[in-house]
Amino acid sequence: MMSEIVQVVKVGIADMNVVKAPHVIRTCGLGSCVGVVVYDLVKEVAGMAHVMLPDSSLAKSENMNVAKYADTAIEELIRRVIGAGGRNGHLKAKMAGGAQMFQFRTGTTDMMRIGPRNVEAVRQQLQRFRIPIVAEDVGGSSGRTIEFHPKTGMLLIRTVNQGVREM
Amino acid sequence: MSYFERMDAVHMDILKEIGNIGAGHAATALSKLLNKRIEMTIPDVRIISFDEMMDIVGGADNVVAAVFLRIEGDAPGNMFFVLSIEQAERFVQQMIGDEQFKLEQDCSELSLSALQELGNILAGSYLSSLSDFTNLNLHPSVPALSIDMIGAILSYGLIEMSRVGDHVIVVDTAIHEEHQPDDRVNGHFFLLPDPESFHIIFRALGVEHDE
Repeated sequence: MMSEIVQVVKVGIADMNVVKAPHVIRTCGLGSCVGVVVYDLVKEVAGMAHVMLPDSSLAKSENMNVAKYADTAIEELIRRVIGAGGRNGHLKAKMAGGAQMFQFRTGTTDMMRIGPRNVEAVRQQLQRFRIPIVAEDVGGSSGRTIEFHPKTGMLLIRTVNQGVREM
Repeated sequence: MSYFERMDAVHMDILKEIGNIGAGHAATALSKLLNKRIEMTIPDVRIISFDEMMDIVGGADNVVAAVFLRIEGDAPGNMFFVLSIEQAERFVQQMIGDEQFKLEQDCSELSLSALQELGNILAGSYLSSLSDFTNLNLHPSVPALSIDMIGAILSYGLIEMSRVGDHVIVVDTAIHEEHQPDDRVNGHFFLLPDPESFHIIFRALGVEHDE
């Protein structure tokens, strides 16, 4: 058998993508944004979204990017993972991000708490589609880069101060 | 893109001039503070995607030191002063008079506070010159400092913009110390007005911009 070159599929900000083993999927520099992975371990397929805002009702424009908002992104992500061979009812999720990068002593508006709100919104959406969250690394005040391996179901999380962790 | 289609060359020139005046004052302040010559580039005003913005400063997971201020008043927005780790180290070394200082090893109160104050002075002079130029009431929030991945830091300033679209208008001015090897760009000022603030700024300068 020929050994296949492992590709790293990138997911940008307010973006999503689907990948099959042996390839891996990555998104960089998550701050208040949440990186969410929906996968089917047996079929070795995974989708990742880089969610920026909790709810599409926040949108002020007509042509909306579904990957940007938790409520629209999760639905579309599930659709794409199933489209790529994932089985409804066998999907699991992992997520990371939702940090609060800056601490302000005064004038904390709702928008400044965007990280925790994103986490909560993603959690609600996953619950809505009855997808269990197997592992999560959320909150805090550090940026994260995450990489998911559909073959093993492993999520690698890199932060500036704590190096790389697996979960 | 409809929001941005209403931007024409005149509007872009105005934003460029704002970046020029603001960063010019900030660079002067920095030069006085460090007693060194500081050079700056001609401001770059671009309408770019979020990912492209991260690429200006080396990609989303490049680690930088950044001071963030929320602009409050007549034309709200966000401002970032982004430094490479090496440059931030050099500035702190010069400010506190400790040549051995390393950011990674000792993030002491003093050094972080020096860096935060640096950002405060620079962003403050950027904003006050902008305020004088436009006759708008603009005042900065208390600056917040973060040493982390640029994507994690900048995305914070993109939240308001992201509600309108997938692109951002960024007024970017780069600065560097004179006599640095290969003239590397080592600092960036990013001005990111909230979407609603553009027509306020344009109107203040006597240029029509349809709502």
